[in-house]
Amino acid sequence: MRILSVSVMPVLFLVIIASGLFRRVPVFEAFTDGAKEGLKTAVRILPALVGLIAAITMFRSSGLLTFLTGCLSPVTEKLGIPAEILPLALLRPVSGSGSLALVEDLLTAHGPDSLVGRIASVMMGSTETTFYTLAVYFGSVGVKDTRFSVWAALLADMTAMLVSVWVCRYFFG
Amino acid sequence: MMNYVWAGMIAASYLFAFFTGNVEAVTKGAMDGAQRAVEMVFGLCGMMCLWTGLLEVARRSGLTDALAKLVRPLLSLLFPDLKKEPAAKSAIVMNMTANFLGLSNAATPLGLAAMEELSRINGKSKRASDAMCMFVVINTASITLLPNTLLALRSAAGSTDTFGILVPVWICSIASVIVGTMAVAMLSRREARRR
Repeated sequence: MRILSVSVMPVLFLVIIASGLFRRVPVFEAFTDGAKEGLKTAVRILPALVGLIAAITMFRSSGLLTFLTGCLSPVTEKLGIPAEILPLALLRPVSGSGSLALVEDLLTAHGPDSLVGRIASVMMGSTETTFYTLAVYFGSVGVKDTRFSVWAALLADMTAMLVSVWVCRYFFG
Repeated sequence: MMNYVWAGMIAASYLFAFFTGNVEAVTKGAMDGAQRAVEMVFGLCGMMCLWTGLLEVARRSGLTDALAKLVRPLLSLLFPDLKKEPAAKSAIVMNMTANFLGLSNAATPLGLAAMEELSRINGKSKRASDAMCMFVVINTASITLLPNTLLALRSAAGSTDTFGILVPVWICSIASVIVGTMAVAMLSRREARRR
């Protein structure tokens, strides 16, 4: 698994650059044009993250977060989920920037390579902002009756969340 | 929704701190958090730009189109109703490819174009078609080769094993897509039987 994880980037780099040169794409120009997009994204998410990370840090320093996770841990531990992860699992389908802020908080508080940090990373990486996606996609074509979509999407999210806990415990626990 | 969550968190923090005598720590937390957010985004920035830059090279050299060709056979399995709808299929493939590469800025317009096409096939009905449900659920399940924001965040947080989470992410994504698509297939069949 380690080899696979480490080799993804080198392979992508070489394949992309090589095929660019092969197709006579001005690779450096294309790169800088694309990098501009990354910069725009970063600037776009900044205001929301300032507000959210500030609020989450307040929540944590008040002691309320520790208090709440303490209350929840007997329930979550039966499922093998660390209680620290639960707020992320609840917020993830609702808010993309909110959950990104929570992941940042967990990585800072527990370390990115701790079990909690890894579970949070995997959960974040393998899920989407479900309700936002549903609203934008169905809303754009005026669909009111979405039938069973919400349940199927949430079932998929729950699967990703539970599997992320199990997989991390198996690989890193 | 987010308005209440955000306001509630701040209000609850001060209220709780008032009873436990932590008020100063909460104020300090607000300032530290704001500072950290900026540091985090700056930390992310370099890696995000590196990735979006690389992807632009991939797009211009036709790699995304090549990838789209690989995805195509999967489509008839997931969207049996779209056999004779090449326009819808190609929009769906483009959206999936963009998502797979983590090009979320490009994926949304492509996805909306696909929805437009599916809505036309569905006679602009207010009721979602099977294909629409399948397409949207696949989009909410997120299948991404490299979750770039997350990887940048991990490296900015000082991880010594930034990419170590990739294989677990793929395993979870695949599991959730399988469950999501199977749920859609089963639920739509159950509805059809009830009619």
